[in-house]
Amino acid sequence: MSGNATPMEARSSGPHPSNVSLAQRAWQIRRNALLMGEVQGQGYIGQALGVADVLAVSYFHALTYKADNPEWEGRDRFLLSIGHYAIALYAALIEAGILPDDEIGTYGMDLSRMPMSGMAAYTPGMEITGGSLGHGLGIAVGMAMGLKRKANPAFVYNLLSDGELGEGSTWEAVMSGVQHKLDNLIAIVDFNDQQADGKSTDALCAEPIEAKWEAFGWHTQRVDGNDIDAVVAAFDAARALTEPRPRAIICQTKMCKGIPFLEEREITHFVRVEPDEWGKALDYHDTRRP
Amino acid sequence: MSRALSRLPAKHIPRTVPVSETGERLTTSAMIASLDAEGRKTVAAPFGHALCDLARTRQDIVGLTADLAKYTDLHVFAKAYPDRFYQMGMAEQVMISAAAGLAREGFTPFATTYAVFASRRAYDFIFMAIAEEDLPVKIVCALPGLTTGYGPSHQATEDIAIFRGMPGLTIIDPCDATEIAQAVPAIADHPGPVYMRLLRGQVPDVLSRYGYKFEIGKAKEIRGGKDVLFVTTGFMTMRALDAADRLAADGIDCAVLHCPTIKPLDTQTIIAAASAGGRLVVTAENHSVIGGLGEAVGACLMRAGVNVPFRQIGLADAFLDAGALPTLHDQYGLSVDAVAASVKSWL
Repeated sequence: MSGNATPMEARSSGPHPSNVSLAQRAWQIRRNALLMGEVQGQGYIGQALGVADVLAVSYFHALTYKADNPEWEGRDRFLLSIGHYAIALYAALIEAGILPDDEIGTYGMDLSRMPMSGMAAYTPGMEITGGSLGHGLGIAVGMAMGLKRKANPAFVYNLLSDGELGEGSTWEAVMSGVQHKLDNLIAIVDFNDQQADGKSTDALCAEPIEAKWEAFGWHTQRVDGNDIDAVVAAFDAARALTEPRPRAIICQTKMCKGIPFLEEREITHFVRVEPDEWGKALDYHDTRRP
Repeated sequence: MSRALSRLPAKHIPRTVPVSETGERLTTSAMIASLDAEGRKTVAAPFGHALCDLARTRQDIVGLTADLAKYTDLHVFAKAYPDRFYQMGMAEQVMISAAAGLAREGFTPFATTYAVFASRRAYDFIFMAIAEEDLPVKIVCALPGLTTGYGPSHQATEDIAIFRGMPGLTIIDPCDATEIAQAVPAIADHPGPVYMRLLRGQVPDVLSRYGYKFEIGKAKEIRGGKDVLFVTTGFMTMRALDAADRLAADGIDCAVLHCPTIKPLDTQTIIAAASAGGRLVVTAENHSVIGGLGEAVGACLMRAGVNVPFRQIGLADAFLDAGALPTLHDQYGLSVDAVAASVKSWL
């Protein structure tokens, strides 16, 4: 988009003008995340690989922003509740040009702008401090109310995890979004069915997840979060809806998506990767460039 | 003994049923006016009216409550500015998070509930969404300390202890209606987050006659005296002033240093006052003796090497009883009689 576009002009400019496909964006986001994982020898790579397609659609199809001005008033707000997904969002922010790619090597280092858990004060483009789960959707509610007060047409997106559906505060925010008719609020639930102690659906986040959001009054869609076309369609439908209520997109994603030897590993919340496996994963990934 | 009483554990059986001076049995009341001395001037809903005054010139002011507008005097604002008022329902966590979101979008939110709910239930949300982000959210909470007879569910006896550990949070415990009216624009102008304790309903007016001026972070001497230095906060300042009058009749000369900002504490003024003239230092607060003004002042004096006789007036480290406020204030040492008696016993 043009660097000096007004909010309305920028919003009407449609999909990001680029020859780079969303599949290529997702591939690059995965690559950035693998490089960061290699730097630290650890990281929540399973989640990053799983959610890469959703982030590609967010940053290269749905969101309006200016890469050189992450605090631009006309931007769509993208709130990451899940602090440990920071590696994934950094990978997307680098691909979007909001963070420079030469900082990849600083991931998790002292004085880095990319700490292991996402924090607003450290990182351009990181709207909120996540990590204490169940906070993001409530902050999104307040920002959506604030944007309406200002007659600012931007959307507020909140990427939250299935595990966060166990927090009571998430459901306070779910009710609140409906009560205040927040049609500028879009919740994206990364449903990979993994939380710290095992499967989310075995803990507190039981099915039917979609029906729960619907029962609370949200416009709800459930898609394969690793099917880019399906995610694009869901985002488009959520944004195009004219009903005065918030929108949820439940994205079913596969942990470690794209790296078969990691996908096949026993999946846990924190996927262990041996030191020599980062290079192996990157080598494989580089052969799969779309 | 009634059958109901016979079922209670022994510690809850009153030895005598309290009666007032006029012979009436005292009843539980949440009304803040019962704090006051007979015949003293009161002001209705000073917080609500001060917020309305401020909102006239500041479009960034918005109000939120978790189903307690009427009980935090925010209903005055809600009536005057309905489009700037958010009823968030009985959901303190999202109220705080949403206030953070509104602040992120450039607004100055005043969020109200009871002190117990903000401190106990919403702590993580205040810590992470507001304090860690240094957002200008003003959390204004009714029923601080022992200002209701409803028992521990409503008595925020440890809210200051909870909040003092939160970096970046300014903590205010105003004394009366005059101070609340002055504090509202002051905390709105303050760039960071603020937790303010609130007296609501008919609120006593005490400080106006002293020409008092509230400033964030400043302790002010309301009255001089050579024998005792009261260092006080909240409504205990008015109790200390009344106790000082009573003690003067016994030849005991008491100074009162009012310290409405608990954090950041005005250590300079407190150290200077405590260092002057070998007085007994008595802190007085409507809060547990653990983690409030008393311990803050004691630690500040020890760090500065000021070695003076030091006593604390405050609530016991206990789950307090239910009942009528005057009875409870006598029982727990916050009444004028109890304050005066404590000071006499220490001299």
